[in-house]
Amino acid sequence: MRRITMTVNGREITCEVEERLLLVQFLRETLKLTGTHVGCDTSQCGVCVVHVDGQSIKSCSMLAVQADGRSVTTIEGLMKDGEMHPMQAAFHDQHGLQCGFCTPGMVMSAIDLLQKNPDPTEQEIREWLEGNLCRCTGYHNIVKAVRQAATAISRQGEART
Amino acid sequence: MTELLVGKSMKRKEDQRLLTGRGRYVDDIRRPGESHAYFVRSPHAHAEIRSVKKDAALASPGVLGVFTGKDIQRDNWGSIPCGWVVTDRYGKPHKAVPHYALTPDKARYVGDHVAVVVAETYAQARDAAELIEIDYHELPPVIDLATAMSGAQIHDLAPQNLCYDWELGEQAEIDAVFARAHHVASLDLVNNRLAPSPMEPRAALAEYDPAQESYTLWSTSQNPHMLRWMLSENVSGIPETKLRVISPDVGGGFGMKIYCYPEETTCLWLSKQVGRPVRWTGDRSESFLADAHGRDHRTRVELALDDKGIFLGLKVDTVANMGAYLSNYATSIPTYFYATLLAGCYKTPVIHCDVKAVFTNTSPVDAYRGAGRPEAAYLIERIIDVAAMEMGVDPIELRRRNFIKPADFPYQTPVHLIYDIGDYDASLDEALRMIDYAGFPARKAESKSRGKLRGIGVACYIEACGVAPSQLIGKMGAGAGLWESAQVRFNVTGTAFVLTGTHGHGQGHETTFGQIVADMFGIPIEHVELVHGDTSQVPMGMGTYGSRSLAVGGSAIVRAAEKVIAKGHKIAAHMLEAAENDVEYARGWYSVPGTNRKVKLTDVAKKAYIPVDYPVGLEPGLDETAFYDPANFTYPAGAHIAEVEIDPETGTLKIVDWVAVDDFGKVINPMIVEGQIHGGLAQGIGQAILENVVYDSETGQLLSGSFMDYAMPRADDFPNFKVGYTETPCTHNPLGAKGAGEAGAIASPPALINAISNALGIRHIDMPATPQRIWRAARAAGAADAQKE
Amino acid sequence: MYNFTYSNPEMLSDAEHLLGTGESPTLLAGGQTLLPTLKLRLAQHSSLVDLGRIVALKGIVAEGSCLRIGAMTTHWEVASSATVAAAIPALSQLAGMIGDPQVRHRGTIGGSVANNDPSADYPAGCLGLGATIHTNRRDISADDFFVGMFETALENGEIITALSFPVPEVATYVKYPNPASRYALVGVMVSKGVSGIRVAVTGAGNAGVFRDTAIEAALQKNFVADAVPESGVSEDTLMSDMHAAADYRKHLIAVMARRAVAAATS
Repeated sequence: MRRITMTVNGREITCEVEERLLLVQFLRETLKLTGTHVGCDTSQCGVCVVHVDGQSIKSCSMLAVQADGRSVTTIEGLMKDGEMHPMQAAFHDQHGLQCGFCTPGMVMSAIDLLQKNPDPTEQEIREWLEGNLCRCTGYHNIVKAVRQAATAISRQGEART
Repeated sequence: MTELLVGKSMKRKEDQRLLTGRGRYVDDIRRPGESHAYFVRSPHAHAEIRSVKKDAALASPGVLGVFTGKDIQRDNWGSIPCGWVVTDRYGKPHKAVPHYALTPDKARYVGDHVAVVVAETYAQARDAAELIEIDYHELPPVIDLATAMSGAQIHDLAPQNLCYDWELGEQAEIDAVFARAHHVASLDLVNNRLAPSPMEPRAALAEYDPAQESYTLWSTSQNPHMLRWMLSENVSGIPETKLRVISPDVGGGFGMKIYCYPEETTCLWLSKQVGRPVRWTGDRSESFLADAHGRDHRTRVELALDDKGIFLGLKVDTVANMGAYLSNYATSIPTYFYATLLAGCYKTPVIHCDVKAVFTNTSPVDAYRGAGRPEAAYLIERIIDVAAMEMGVDPIELRRRNFIKPADFPYQTPVHLIYDIGDYDASLDEALRMIDYAGFPARKAESKSRGKLRGIGVACYIEACGVAPSQLIGKMGAGAGLWESAQVRFNVTGTAFVLTGTHGHGQGHETTFGQIVADMFGIPIEHVELVHGDTSQVPMGMGTYGSRSLAVGGSAIVRAAEKVIAKGHKIAAHMLEAAENDVEYARGWYSVPGTNRKVKLTDVAKKAYIPVDYPVGLEPGLDETAFYDPANFTYPAGAHIAEVEIDPETGTLKIVDWVAVDDFGKVINPMIVEGQIHGGLAQGIGQAILENVVYDSETGQLLSGSFMDYAMPRADDFPNFKVGYTETPCTHNPLGAKGAGEAGAIASPPALINAISNALGIRHIDMPATPQRIWRAARAAGAADAQKE
Repeated sequence: MYNFTYSNPEMLSDAEHLLGTGESPTLLAGGQTLLPTLKLRLAQHSSLVDLGRIVALKGIVAEGSCLRIGAMTTHWEVASSATVAAAIPALSQLAGMIGDPQVRHRGTIGGSVANNDPSADYPAGCLGLGATIHTNRRDISADDFFVGMFETALENGEIITALSFPVPEVATYVKYPNPASRYALVGVMVSKGVSGIRVAVTGAGNAGVFRDTAIEAALQKNFVADAVPESGVSEDTLMSDMHAAADYRKHLIAVMARRAVAAATS
């Protein structure tokens, strides 16, 4: 067992964990943050994507002990003042989700894309989502949602400056 | 008056929770004191189980118990049933081989359930499982469909591994037609085996309450009532009154989550056995091994035509893989959901189909999105293109010559079904327009100038949806009626609960059904709450599959809502001091025409619960139940066109354009329907070019056992899809709706393979048309061309 | 996953010590292969020594005609580094094709090279650019480093610290991805520079990455795409699996090499 401290969705948490505990298990089992899902065991499906220090990663391929001292954001940490993040809102507007199981990972991944490339083309969006599988939507509306969010976020930015 | 919602692309009610991480899937549910099950699966495809030594595992930390099939049998738990009896060509029922939750005697596929460990934690259960010693006596595995009938016998009940040999049509009749044909086109093809792979793996959580002697099972099920029924009547003997099945949010199903599975059955048994809630969540490796797979046919198809290209007869010979056991509906898929669709959109007068269903040492096979209908559409639309090529006729013209025309409806096909309505030319016209078919030669020439091969492929499909008219399917062998039930209950304050026996797992039922009821009652959609997925709340139901939820479940809701309105009529007449006949109802208001007297339905509802001044003899309350049994299947149809570009040097395929024009009858929420098409297309395209379940033909080991080897479609595999509609409303249900869930997966494989064949100038390429296969085909075609020159 | 002990030392010397302790210790770099392997219980280790906190193992430096990349530098850092893009764009390109963005955010060059997966991209990058692999004990040339499938010249207790890539005149990496895993079905790094003309192939060989000497010889004479002949390797030495038979892989080697040369010379 090992004692770890990390910030999860803005809240500092200290816990004793088994070394073999994956970050995703820590989030789901220990912290009961069940919005982050598990969909494969070969780190390909991306339903477990969260942000660690702002960067999207697959929480099934990282140990909880490796997140010691880091800042983790999950889907539960995106809402601000009761408002959805523009990416969540865009998925809602564009019908970018059906069963919702891939959605948290998809949203977290897409947010990271816009951090790195605020104005991606459709092709760039499709390529970025290589590590996020969706079985319901055929990705069509997900791509539209990411485009909508890109526009919304850049407008927000303009409004601020 | 509020705006009508039906026909509008309302955003979904279910999104808020799913987008914020507050969805509640089975694996998100925690019960106090829960324990964890881990299944010991056979590493062998075919082996006798001689002994199982549990001692070391039982002594392992945290272990609560280790059990085998013999333990469950001692409790007299029965076999998981196959609910559809197919009668073979000799009048005998199919071979109903037993399927126990844990196999007591023999392992019949890699991944078969041999033992289970229950422990305090998942890791402890898995640690202990490795300490179980199982003595297997390996038997020769039967893997290859082509030789399965001469392989080692898998079940005592099924000599030659034959489940049934089934025939539809008259042999003499088809022989006569073929004897006088001007041309016969024939083709051998494979409909590849698929792993449905919803993103959420299957999961189960079972709890026994000794005080009530009752069980609760949370399951990732598409049809909780059906699961309860099967577990109760066939497997456990637990009365339905003592078994509650809950399907909360479910992360996609696509047919694969219809069935009663060994894992949830075992968890249910274990919950009483260990006296603790028992949880199991499959990992993806287990999904690949033990989820029901889809398709897996080998077929020879022959089409007889006269000199004008008119279809005279269709002859189909199929071997269908059942896998190692019969999943719940496995027998019906390659028969009544397949052969009955072989007329397609065409006036083929004589059809003959022979199906041999065989057992192999592979995971059970059952319905997967489309279920039988994709297999039928694929061979029809493929053989038409082959015939067109051989006869030198334009494939589109050949289709049009044989279409059932609008004036022909209702149309009795030679294979049981009566199509009520459709307009196949209209869909085809629209699809051709949308893809600019006339501009294709120029685009092809442009591709050629870059060394690329461009192709275009059309598929006109039809499906039988809205499953299903109970009497008709009963005659075909179904052991259940496929009606749907609904309960519509007004609350005192004017909000309404709608309880349905269907289950939404991505289809947006909360929204679509809400739109229907909000319009009928003239109340905001926010005041309509859909309840589904809980056998303790919803009185009865048959679940979601076969594009039935709207056409059958939605119709039941309409009927129940109509009953509410009818009862309200009596109350309103009393309140308005008018004769019932003088009161009219429209969208939430009862009124007396020609006067200003009117009363709101919501006020009527309140009156129903506070019946102080109330019609004499009328029951209080406004809560009505309806069962709806469809009069016929519904028949969605349409035309899909794929345009592709191939790099012959590598075999790389690019889908450059896709047009889907579908006739789903009346559409309630176009946004949701479009999403269903996109998803169906992705799965159909996946089947055509990417996905393939592969077992080692000698050992029976699953080679495509993870996403590393099973090619799941990704975002960059697809273009943007262009979606269009035509509309001929269903004639026999109150919504005029036909169902939209499966169309994309049915239409797309033939459209895409037709486009690839067209690009390469070849007769056929088998699915999945991977780069390697395309490269080989291009090379062979190139060599053949060179020889000609 | 079997249980193990975990440590994340800050000093390389501590990591060396920990790697010599216990029954079956192993190093944890980015963990993008190791953790899934452990999760599937395909491997068991008594302890994991996480290199993530050792600052000395990180970073990208251009040193004259050489690019030095610390072993714990992630694929993402390599792909997005202006230094790499300026010196060896082919390497940025290669790193940007590994796995998916999330895997690139965690996976490291040292981990990838040490694992030597026969379908991984970096082995082709190293061999094709004539890299040197620096360890805590010695420097190993890429030609000597990749021994076989999942096998390298690394000895017990040896830790990769950095990789040096000589800056080539031209280089390009072209990859044909496996449709399922998106690993290389065939990946070819072609370079021309101080270490001569190199054509390194990953994804295809039974024994992992290799140099295609026939193609190299042809390019030696004339470094143009049209000069690329069929691959010189025997099909017997190439992988055949459900995704691609040896003859298809062999064909793709030449096609990828041709495309790489075309891109390098355009």
